Amino acid sequence: MARTATAPGAPTTKLGKTAYELDDRLILSPWLRRTMNKVYPDHWSFLLGEIALYSFLILLLSGTYLTFFFDASMREVVYGGSYAPLRGVEMSAAYDSALTLSFDVRGGLFMRQLHHWAALLFVAAIVVHLLRIFFTGAFRRPRETNWIIGVVMMVLALLMGVTGYSLPDDLLSGTGLRIISAILLSVPVIGTWAHFAVFNGDYVGEQIIGRFYIAHVLLIPAILLALIGLHLLILVKQKHTQFPGAGRTEHNVVGTRLFPTFAAKATGLIFVVFGICALLGGLVQINPIWLWGPYNPAQVSAASQPDWYIGFLDGSTRLFPPWDINFPGDYTIPALFWPTVVVAGAMFTVLGLYPMIERKLTGDTAKHHLLQRPRDVPVRTALGAMGLTFYLMLMLSGGNDVIADKFDISLNAMTWVGRIGVIILPPIAYAVTYRICLGLQMHDREVLEHGIETGVIRRLPTGEFIEVHQPLGPVDAHGHGQLSYGGAPVPKRMNQVGGARRAIRGFFRPIEEPVDVELEQQRESRGVAAAESERELTPSGRPADGGRPQEPRH
Amino acid sequence: MSVRETRPGSTGGADVPDPLYGGPDDDYTPEQLAAMRRDELDRLGARYDGVEIVHVEPGPEPGSSLEKRAVRQVGLAFTLAGVFAFLFVVVYVGSGWFLPDWHWLITEKGWSALFTPLLGLFMGLSLGLLGIGLVLFTKKLLPHETAVQDKHDGSHFDRVTAGAQLVETFHNSGLARRKVITRSLLFLGGGVGLMLIMPLGGLIKNPNKGNPLGTTPWADGVRLVRNDGTPIRPGDQEPGSLETVFPAVPAGNSVHHADAATMLIRLRPEQLAADRPRTGQEDFGYGDYVAYSKICTHAGCPVSLYEQETSRILCPCHQSQFDVTQGAKPVFGPATRALPQLPIGVDDEGFFVARSDYIEAVGPTYWNRERI
Repeated sequence: MARTATAPGAPTTKLGKTAYELDDRLILSPWLRRTMNKVYPDHWSFLLGEIALYSFLILLLSGTYLTFFFDASMREVVYGGSYAPLRGVEMSAAYDSALTLSFDVRGGLFMRQLHHWAALLFVAAIVVHLLRIFFTGAFRRPRETNWIIGVVMMVLALLMGVTGYSLPDDLLSGTGLRIISAILLSVPVIGTWAHFAVFNGDYVGEQIIGRFYIAHVLLIPAILLALIGLHLLILVKQKHTQFPGAGRTEHNVVGTRLFPTFAAKATGLIFVVFGICALLGGLVQINPIWLWGPYNPAQVSAASQPDWYIGFLDGSTRLFPPWDINFPGDYTIPALFWPTVVVAGAMFTVLGLYPMIERKLTGDTAKHHLLQRPRDVPVRTALGAMGLTFYLMLMLSGGNDVIADKFDISLNAMTWVGRIGVIILPPIAYAVTYRICLGLQMHDREVLEHGIETGVIRRLPTGEFIEVHQPLGPVDAHGHGQLSYGGAPVPKRMNQVGGARRAIRGFFRPIEEPVDVELEQQRESRGVAAAESERELTPSGRPADGGRPQEPRH
Repeated sequence: MSVRETRPGSTGGADVPDPLYGGPDDDYTPEQLAAMRRDELDRLGARYDGVEIVHVEPGPEPGSSLEKRAVRQVGLAFTLAGVFAFLFVVVYVGSGWFLPDWHWLITEKGWSALFTPLLGLFMGLSLGLLGIGLVLFTKKLLPHETAVQDKHDGSHFDRVTAGAQLVETFHNSGLARRKVITRSLLFLGGGVGLMLIMPLGGLIKNPNKGNPLGTTPWADGVRLVRNDGTPIRPGDQEPGSLETVFPAVPAGNSVHHADAATMLIRLRPEQLAADRPRTGQEDFGYGDYVAYSKICTHAGCPVSLYEQETSRILCPCHQSQFDVTQGAKPVFGPATRALPQLPIGVDDEGFFVARSDYIEAVGPTYWNRERI
């Protein structure tokens, strides 16, 4: 190294010099180092939000591709493409271009299906991410803002879905549009005005596909992108939450640094998510629009269902009783208004405000960076189970005609199952979940106090049989464990505390020396191997204690 | 570095950084840094960012069979990812060139039916294996470190100083005293806000003008025609059958007249005997024929499934059921209103015609529907 007196440690390689020149102008290194040093806690459930982010990336890429071919127009054309059964049929330019995309663009069908699958995955990842945040209490102060942004993004994702699957203008999407039109009309007082503003007149008009298109490809994605940016910015600023565990406090983050470990894993995950969407998009057919045919308001196919994430609204609409509310002067609030606008509005409002509601009810206004195990907050967990049961019951009812058909059950019976189910099942779910949480809590304490069940039965001199328990830590005079519960998982099986040696690696043949593994395990401060190295052996080579579990070494 | 500046615009003094300049560069001289090892520098930088690396589990021993196996696995994943990527390219480019044509005909079982699945399979395997390779590399070959980063809450100092700056500015502006400015600003704000949302008024259309919601093309003397445009005579349908009919007007069966579709039903004698039309609509049918709107009064789907044994019409969207022998009133499900009935008759040539438009609005209920 040719060091000079003025600049020791100056770069000598070409790459190093370039980097130096770059930093001299842009001053990137402080920011870069801080970013690369940022610590991310390691838990699989923290990847759920990332999956949503990566599916959004796929949606942006594949969606942009689709716009090269899609014509969002309701102009009437006669199909002349290569799909024979529809040749000569009058249809909208939107449906025509969606068919052309599927049949006459090389790889177009693959891209369309990839886009649709990524959309399903996007919403699914958001929902599961939301459940993780909810059940672990990650939304508590100071993260209420990010929770609300998340709920808003979920609603936007649903709107993305609705405006997206309405675009091809096939029979199925047209049926969906018709119901959207009816929902708009059902809003009291302003319903007809809202409908005419959105559809530019009576159903169906000539504008709606074009308007949904611009909402789907520009308005909503732009808002979503901005909110994603804000969501991540706040996340970086507030830093990750983490589960309680050794060395983890409210004032630190324990994990791996962004670079290289976290970045490499995240990049790996991007490609895995991409790969799964590509596999689904190629191998699993979704929304074969050519089978539905062009939209005709006089036609419908049986089992017309929306994509899964709107299923709950379809279900609530099926279940709601025929209760129009009539006002004097011949004004009506249609029954359709309640299960669609009100149910959806109420569900998302309560969801969005939940952090504030919980803060109010519990009086817990402290800052929290450590997560909770669902069992430790039985009321919230039970409330969550209750909400989920309600939601799942609605979603199931959204397909009650298919269930009735496949299982040969009366359709009307299925409707009544749903109507009664949404009322009585959520409280049952609440009670059961609450009890399960308490049971799990008690079992954690029991193991901490009495130790792990070893499965070893011993007969005492008095003739009594007892099961030997392995304490997890120091015990008092009565043999009761003195560890207190710290909000972290309590080991419940002997293998989790080193009751068995780890397997020797190797698939066809061992690639480790068994002796090395044994030595490595003895070096660890726990487990059988470590215990045995200190055991006295009888002259015959057996342990002096007969191989029974012992007091743990402190 | 301290050069005396004499160029125009310079202060003429020595242009040297003031004491605030430098930060960490003042703590460590280049010589000190040059004397440190790379891993020491890494940890030093980390400590500067509030990160302590508490434990590093080194990767596998270089040259060990553990390492060799991990390298083989990662290499295999990456190689296969490349192979599948090239296969994708071959299928994409080669179809219709040296491979059979990719244009898919629904009846065909050959290459064209495999084209899309193969694209998905190869891209999925390629990207998936790339991801798996990366994860394997990170897990099996990189050192595993455990790092701890401090988490700082907001600083009191920052809040107080930033707040002071804001309040001081507000105070200096005198807006609290100079009411004319605040009030005129509020006034202006309201005006500009309203002005900017005004163009949205272009979206507003009066739904009550011309009554488009309450009317359909049906009118006195308009023939009932089938899907293919042919008119219908009373003898054409079997008892118990249902046919969807449209008004014989241009584009009668199209999205332009989305509410026009009507069901023409010929009742069986038993059904006719049990028929209880709605009051005032007893003469809307013609002989054993009745005609009801096909547009569901619930959410506007076409009600389509007619079970003539039970005289019920089912809407496949939300399972509302209507009884055609009781004036098509809803008997189950979420619909609240009966399907509107079309008054029908027969013209001079013996074909079915409407005698008027529907006497009530067709389709989903809305706020002022009863008034139309």
